[in-house]
Amino acid sequence: MKYTRKDWLLVGVAGISVGVILLILAVLLGQVVFNGAPVISMEFLTESPGADMVSGGIWPAIYGTVYVTLLMTLAGVPVGIATAVYLSEYASASSRLARLVRLAVNNLAGVPSIVFGLFGLGFFIIFVGGGMDALLNDGPTPVWGKPSILWASLTLAVLTLPVVIVTTEEALKRVPRELRDASLALGATRFQTVYKVVLPNAKSGILTGVILAVSRGAGEVAPIIFCGAANFLPYLPTDPRDMFMHLGYHVYALATQSPNVDAARPTLFGTVLVLLTLTFSLNLLAVILRARSRAAFRL
Amino acid sequence: MIAVFALAAIVAIVLIFVFIARQAIPMFWETDFAQEASLRDLFFAKQWPGYDHPVFVWQPVGEPEKFNVVPLFVGSLKVTLLAMFMSVPLGIACAIFLALYAPRAVREVVKPAIELLAGVPSVVLGFFALMVIASWAQATFGFHFRLNAFVAAIGLALAVVPVIFTIAEDAIQSVPQTLQEAALALGARKYQVALRVVLPAALPGIAAGVVLGFGRAVGETMIVLMASGNAAVMELFDFTSSVRTVTATIAAELGEVAQGDAHWRVLFLLGVMLFAVTFVLNLIGDLIIQRLHKKLTAS
Repeated sequence: MKYTRKDWLLVGVAGISVGVILLILAVLLGQVVFNGAPVISMEFLTESPGADMVSGGIWPAIYGTVYVTLLMTLAGVPVGIATAVYLSEYASASSRLARLVRLAVNNLAGVPSIVFGLFGLGFFIIFVGGGMDALLNDGPTPVWGKPSILWASLTLAVLTLPVVIVTTEEALKRVPRELRDASLALGATRFQTVYKVVLPNAKSGILTGVILAVSRGAGEVAPIIFCGAANFLPYLPTDPRDMFMHLGYHVYALATQSPNVDAARPTLFGTVLVLLTLTFSLNLLAVILRARSRAAFRL
Repeated sequence: MIAVFALAAIVAIVLIFVFIARQAIPMFWETDFAQEASLRDLFFAKQWPGYDHPVFVWQPVGEPEKFNVVPLFVGSLKVTLLAMFMSVPLGIACAIFLALYAPRAVREVVKPAIELLAGVPSVVLGFFALMVIASWAQATFGFHFRLNAFVAAIGLALAVVPVIFTIAEDAIQSVPQTLQEAALALGARKYQVALRVVLPAALPGIAAGVVLGFGRAVGETMIVLMASGNAAVMELFDFTSSVRTVTATIAAELGEVAQGDAHWRVLFLLGVMLFAVTFVLNLIGDLIIQRLHKKLTAS
C-alpha cells in the first residue's frame, strides 16, 4: 500500500525512537566491552581482590554470585513449578483460588526489589534466624540470625518465584490437550499424567523459566544489600551461614564507596563485563530453548 | 498437595507486608520514638530550632533527628515523572513502529534487542548512568552537579522502556485484524488506521503499560542510588539538582542504623508505604489488562 506524507512522518518519528533505544544499547555494550575486555585475564577471574579492593581479581565475587544463585534455584524452582502445575493442570480457570493465586503472582512480580531486601531482613534474618538462634544456639553470638548466603538466596527465591511460575505455566499450556486425554484414556491418574506426560513434554519450556529466573536473580543487588552481601571478603565462604561477595554488589560498592573511583575504573568495567556476560548468555540460552519448545508442538 | 504449594505466592505477599510492618509499627507506642520524633512530624512541615519558618526536612543524623518523609516522596515522584516523560513516548512509538510498520527483518532485530535491554541488571544501568551518561550530560549541558535528577531519570527510562514497550506491543497486536481491514476498506490511510483505529482500541493496554512502568520506576533502587546524587533537596521542578528517593534512602541508610532505633522504624515505614503504592499500581494495571482481553476476545 502506498504511504502518504503523514505515513512517512509517523514512520520517521517511530523509527527515530527505535534508533535512540538501539543507539543507547549499543553505547552501553560498546563501553562495557571496550573498557572491560582489556582487564579480563586469568588472574582477574581466579584471584582474590587485594586489600584496596581494586587490585587483584574478582574470583570471590564470581563464586559468591554462583553460590547464592544456585541455592536460590534449589529453593525457589520446585515451588514455582508446583504453582504453575496447579494453575494449569488442576485449577479450573474460573476458580476463586486460582484467580487469587494469579493476582498474587502478578503483584509479587511488581514488588520493588528493595522491599524484598526489607522482607529478607525482617522475616528471614530477624524472625526465622533469630527464632532459630533462640531455640538451637546457647552462645551469645548469633549463628543463624545474621546476614548470610542462606537468607540472601531464600529472599532471591521469593523474588524470582513469579518468573518461574509465569514461564512454566506458559510452557505447560503449550502441551497439546490430546496428549493428556490419551494418557487419561489409558487409565493413568491425573498425577501420573502430569508427572509422566505433561512435564516431560514441557521440559525445555520449564528450563527457559528456570534460566530466566537465574539470570534475574544473579543480577539483583538491592535485595541482598542487607541480607548477606559483603564489601570485601579475602576468603571463600564455605558455610551457607557465611556472608559472601557478589558481582553486582561489588560494582555498586566500588562505584560509590571507593575512595578513588578513577583507580577503580578498570576493575569496575571488568566486573560489569563479567556480570553482563553471565546474564546475557543465560538470556540467550533461554531464547533458544523457548524457540525450541514453541517449535516442538507446531505441526 | 499441589494446591498447598500454589499458595506460596499468596503467602509470600502476606508475609512481606506483615514482616515489614512488624518492624515499623512499634513506633506508634515506643517512648523512644516519641522522644525523637512524632507521627505528625513525619508528614507535616515543622519549624525546627534554628529555622525561621516551618520546613519539610529529612535529616536523620541531624540534631535533633528530622524524619520528614515528604522530601523523599517528592524526590521519587520527580525522578519517576521525568523518566516517564522520556520512556512513555519512546516505548509507545517503538511499539507502533514494530507492530504496524516495521518489515519482518527489522522486527526480528529490534525485538530481541529490547528484550536484551530488559535483561540488563539495574546495577549495570546505574553504573552506566553514573560513569557514562553523567559525564556526557555534564559535558553537553554543563550541569552544576554531575549527578542529578536528569541523569538518574535517563537511567530509569532505560529500565522502564522495555516494560511499556512489551505491554503496549502486546495490546496493539491483540487488536483484531478485522478492525484494521474494515478501516482500510473504507478508504482510510495506513496512518489513519494506526492513529484512529488501532491506537484507541489498544489504549487501555497501553495505559496499563504506563501504569506498570510507573510502578517499576517508583520502586527501582540501584539506578537512583548510584546516579541521582542523593541529596534530599525539596525542589519539584529543578531537574538539574540532586535528588534523594524513597528507595535510595532505605538502601543507603538501613545498613548504618541500630535495630529497633527510631530511624530504623521510619525506614521500614517507608518500605510499607512503597509496598502499598506499588501494590495499588499493579492492581490497577492488571485490572486494565484483564478487561481489555475480555473486551477484545468478546468482539
